[in-house]
Amino acid sequence: MNAKLPAGILVTVLLVAGCGGGGGGGTQSASATKVGLITKTETNPFFVKMKEGAQKAAQAGGLELMSAAGKFDGDNASQITAIENMVAAGVKGILITPSDTKAIVPAIKKARDAGVLVIALDTPTEPQDATDALFATDNFKAGELIGQYAKAAMAGEPAKIATLDLAPGITVGQLRHDGFLKGFGVQEGDPSIVCSQDTRGDQAKGQTAMENCLQKAPDINLVYTINEPAALGAHTALKAKGRDKDVLVVSVDGGCTGTKAVQSGQIAATSQQYPLKMAEEGVKAVATFAKSGQKASGYTDTGVTLITDKAVTGVDAEDTAFGLANCWG
Amino acid sequence: MAVTQATTHATLPRRLAATPVAGPLVALLLACLFFGVNSGQFFTGPNFSLIIQQVMVVGTLAIGQTLIILTAGIDLACGAIMAFGGIVMTKLAVDTGLPPVLALAAGLAVCAGFGLVNGLLVTRISLPPFIVTLGMLNVVFALTHIYSDEQTVTELPALLTVLGQTFQVGQTNVTYGSLLTILLFVLFAYLLGSTAWGRHVYALGNSPEVARLTGIRTGRLTVGVYTVAGLVYGIAALLLVSRTGVGDPQAGQTDNLDSITAVVLGGTSLFGGRGLVLGTLVGALIVGVFRNGLQLMGVPSIYQTLITGILVILAVTVDQLSRRRNR
Repeated sequence: MNAKLPAGILVTVLLVAGCGGGGGGGTQSASATKVGLITKTETNPFFVKMKEGAQKAAQAGGLELMSAAGKFDGDNASQITAIENMVAAGVKGILITPSDTKAIVPAIKKARDAGVLVIALDTPTEPQDATDALFATDNFKAGELIGQYAKAAMAGEPAKIATLDLAPGITVGQLRHDGFLKGFGVQEGDPSIVCSQDTRGDQAKGQTAMENCLQKAPDINLVYTINEPAALGAHTALKAKGRDKDVLVVSVDGGCTGTKAVQSGQIAATSQQYPLKMAEEGVKAVATFAKSGQKASGYTDTGVTLITDKAVTGVDAEDTAFGLANCWG
Repeated sequence: MAVTQATTHATLPRRLAATPVAGPLVALLLACLFFGVNSGQFFTGPNFSLIIQQVMVVGTLAIGQTLIILTAGIDLACGAIMAFGGIVMTKLAVDTGLPPVLALAAGLAVCAGFGLVNGLLVTRISLPPFIVTLGMLNVVFALTHIYSDEQTVTELPALLTVLGQTFQVGQTNVTYGSLLTILLFVLFAYLLGSTAWGRHVYALGNSPEVARLTGIRTGRLTVGVYTVAGLVYGIAALLLVSRTGVGDPQAGQTDNLDSITAVVLGGTSLFGGRGLVLGTLVGALIVGVFRNGLQLMGVPSIYQTLITGILVILAVTVDQLSRRRNR
């Protein structure tokens, strides 16, 4: 039995070492206002950038940032746990990108009942007013921009469209998809839309989806993609069929990898969004709340810019030099 | 039968002595001490109540997992079965309009049913538990998403969320779910430690052949263990639903392995026949205390995963070493 005591001591050593090494959590001052950031995952570059923005704003404003994330996209339980722990730690405000827009609502309500300001970043909750405020990209507009761009770039050529979407029931994906159709000037169910597949925003799934779409309709000449990983997957599939030069691929996100793909011509145009700004604005709002008790409310559009090196008349765009200077990831 | 009793009785003290539950307990206490020193908010009643709420779902799953691991089996599908149970009870109550009590019963029955199927596949066709439950993980995950149509179920009836309600102990609000979880642990500690059924489970895990020769109907016992485990997953589903207030098709995905983590951290041997269900409670609490404590200290959550991983390897090492010594 004595053999187990050293193990216990070893655990403590590890504990101390682990915590010492993990001091990235910011300064430990008891008086500083605490702000929590909860993202969908810890690894997606989008959320890495978001955390960077929050960290920067927290340092500038003299706040202490606590961060947490789910283990996978859709991990509601971990986000609930993080909210509870942050409220217990005495945060003034919580910034959250909800993984499950409905399932997180009861936990957010409890935090707000405890007097915590809760702001959704990037993704609105359902209902949207379950949080005090929403700082996010206008995803409909992001879709609309690439729709308008595609319309102009096709220059009257009859379109055969493939849409590589996100997943059923996820608002962000629906908004971008609908925005694209509106921008392009077609209705859902239009015969020009020859293939629609879900990709979950994943590169490998995007490739599979595009392969299947090409199997179904080899004459596809315009591909809308939910994000750049899906677009790059589509590009690989198109290239295998020797179609990569004559098919127009448009996307949304503005990540650095994606913006480089725009530069190299794999993607024609993308709508760039700004996670760093969402987090910065969020932290500032919590600082204001801590100082004056003034709560942020409603929806704040954090902006979206069309990035392309093949600009078309009638649609405002920036080139990839601008895109790379402002990209995330 | 009397002979069987005598033999298993004789090994009982040795079995207890060989159970490395002291190590986990020391680790838990040291962790609490460490976080207490480093965070002013750690040593409070409400915070401990919170930690129990946060581990009750995985902890309850881990009760079922402990039963199965004690028979030298494993269940990779427990979280998926729970998620399906949660969707069944919420969807039947909300969308189908069944009386909540019937919806709840259906959810529990479905979970027990999956346990029964696992048990039958393991015993009747002699498939390895690892493979059976790996397959079942995919089957149940898919069924959950097909049946739920990827939709989260909200606006639940009161019966399904009552375990999320609280009562006061001093200044601290404790949920009924936390209380139920503790009671379940006590119940299974009793069943495993003080009944013939419990002794048979240990005997089966130690050596199925010897157990069979002493007259234990091992096939039937195994099927029973998997079915009871399934029923416990159903209770975990109710705890989950009442904690989150929704039926969530995405739930439980990390819980399949997290439950094994709790069992192993609690000092139960993956080779079967050795371990205590109360050790599993300690194991689950260790994970919860680390997550909560590190969060209170402002350490990013990825370090919690890192430390949990190290602790698991440490726990298995301790088990191996003590095994070698006993030999």
